[in-house]
Amino acid sequence: MSAQAIIEAKAVSKWYGQFHALKDINLTVHKGERIVICGPSGSGKSTLIRCFNRLEAHQSGDIVVNGVALHGKMSDVAAVRSNVGMVFQHFNLFPHMTVLMNCMAGPMWVKGVTEKEARNTALKFLERVRIPEQANKFPIQLSGGQQQRVAIARSLCMKPDVMLFDEPTSALDPEMVSEVLETMTGLARDGMTMVCVTHEMGFARAVADRVIFMDAGQIVEEGTPDEFFSRPCHDRTKLFLSQILKH
Amino acid sequence: MLYPDTVEAEILVHKPWFVATMFGVVLLLFMAFNMSGTSFAELMRPVIGEPSVSGFYGRFAIAFAIAVIFTLNVVLIGFAPLKFQIGIVWLELLLLFIAFFETFHLSLPFIREKLPFLISQGVVTTLYVSAISIVIASVIAVAGAVAKLSSNGFAYAIASFYTSFFRGLPLLMQVYLIYLGLPQLGFVINAVPAGILALSLCYGAYMTEIFRSGIQSIDRGQWEASRSMGFGFTLTMRRIILPQALPVIIPPTGNQFISMLKDSSLVSVIGVWELMFLARTLGQKTFQHMEMLISAAMIYWMLSICLELIQARIERHYHRSKAR
Repeated sequence: MSAQAIIEAKAVSKWYGQFHALKDINLTVHKGERIVICGPSGSGKSTLIRCFNRLEAHQSGDIVVNGVALHGKMSDVAAVRSNVGMVFQHFNLFPHMTVLMNCMAGPMWVKGVTEKEARNTALKFLERVRIPEQANKFPIQLSGGQQQRVAIARSLCMKPDVMLFDEPTSALDPEMVSEVLETMTGLARDGMTMVCVTHEMGFARAVADRVIFMDAGQIVEEGTPDEFFSRPCHDRTKLFLSQILKH
Repeated sequence: MLYPDTVEAEILVHKPWFVATMFGVVLLLFMAFNMSGTSFAELMRPVIGEPSVSGFYGRFAIAFAIAVIFTLNVVLIGFAPLKFQIGIVWLELLLLFIAFFETFHLSLPFIREKLPFLISQGVVTTLYVSAISIVIASVIAVAGAVAKLSSNGFAYAIASFYTSFFRGLPLLMQVYLIYLGLPQLGFVINAVPAGILALSLCYGAYMTEIFRSGIQSIDRGQWEASRSMGFGFTLTMRRIILPQALPVIIPPTGNQFISMLKDSSLVSVIGVWELMFLARTLGQKTFQHMEMLISAAMIYWMLSICLELIQARIERHYHRSKAR
């Protein structure tokens, strides 16, 4: 592919003690690409995307994000992190700050943006996730779906080059899943580069350019949604798909 | 507040069995004491005659009267709304205390004469010794807590040695060790700085543990969210973790502040003219110990109440983001 690579993982391995969590992962994410990573629990998919902004450290191989190699050097890691947005399963909003302040904090404290500019950006992105009226509330006063949308807006305020989603809808009540997925679909439509760990296969089918299936720390299969869902080649993929698509 | 159960409960002090039990207990209790010499017995003279010769009947009548008054009082308070209940009970307990101090036959003119000096010298010294110590102890506590949580072996070792040592020695001994021990090393130190140093180090050690547990009570996700946005360690600590840890830290820290205020009396042993020192020495010449001790006690209490109020205010402030 001709597009510029934003994340490049080469032969990445990671151990937790004796447990081999990631085994020789090779993955390139290009600009504007939407990737969905799925797999059974404990397969290493969350660990992998947490390596992309070094919330977890890999022990061998190379991860290059936006041209910066991730290793133990703090200044490089900080530079990468401020350009990589991350959305967590449990939202992780700052509960002692208002929604607006949650969105303003990053740009003001890390990028040195003025308060006025940060406020405008925050309001713009809150508008985009369709909750501008909640700006002055505290996170606990919002529903789960609203909190997750604030978390997305908070990441967007940093103007990231790529967004990582770590099971963003797993902790939500069923009726709130769609509002978050719609927000994410909207982002994808606007050309945001995204790596999503999710079990929402409908979302994968509709939005992903590439679906990656992981099991036991390895990438077992990858392909376009069409290939992946209609012609999976590995037995483990077939088993996984049959289990989650049963209902 | 505890979790208020929505099951309707009859007010305890209006339940017949409780009222009867309370009455019985108070009756028996006061019958066990010989109250015939008290002023309450004098009030009962029309009923029981000369108190000292009234015998069992007199005892019973006095105890009965007290039990009736007590029970009636409690039952009536039971009807009042919560805020009044709290106020009335506080007031009554306070009156009882004043009645207790009344029995010492304190010389009020003496107190009035010495009080200005007790406040201008004693309270001021106590306040500034504790205030400076509190500030230093808090700084030590933050540093100590971070060190105890760090993965740096040196930092952890130093911090844990420090907390172990200063929590393990009596404060009085630390005061002596610093005041008398440092000159051995060539640092001659005045009484006030020595006292401040001892208090700061001792309370810093206790507060290190409070701050550590407060910081640890914050969800890992807060660190991850902060770091994923590129916040550095100091920024995360200062703007994200500590503000959230404060509501957890404040109640035990308030305890420490109050405790420190009173423990500052220990520096009187090295001759600092603070409240306790003056309370002991001012009454000495005329053998009016009780006057000064009780005055000092009341002053300590009032200062503590101020701290309690400040603590309640801060707790209310931090309650904001928890309200749904």
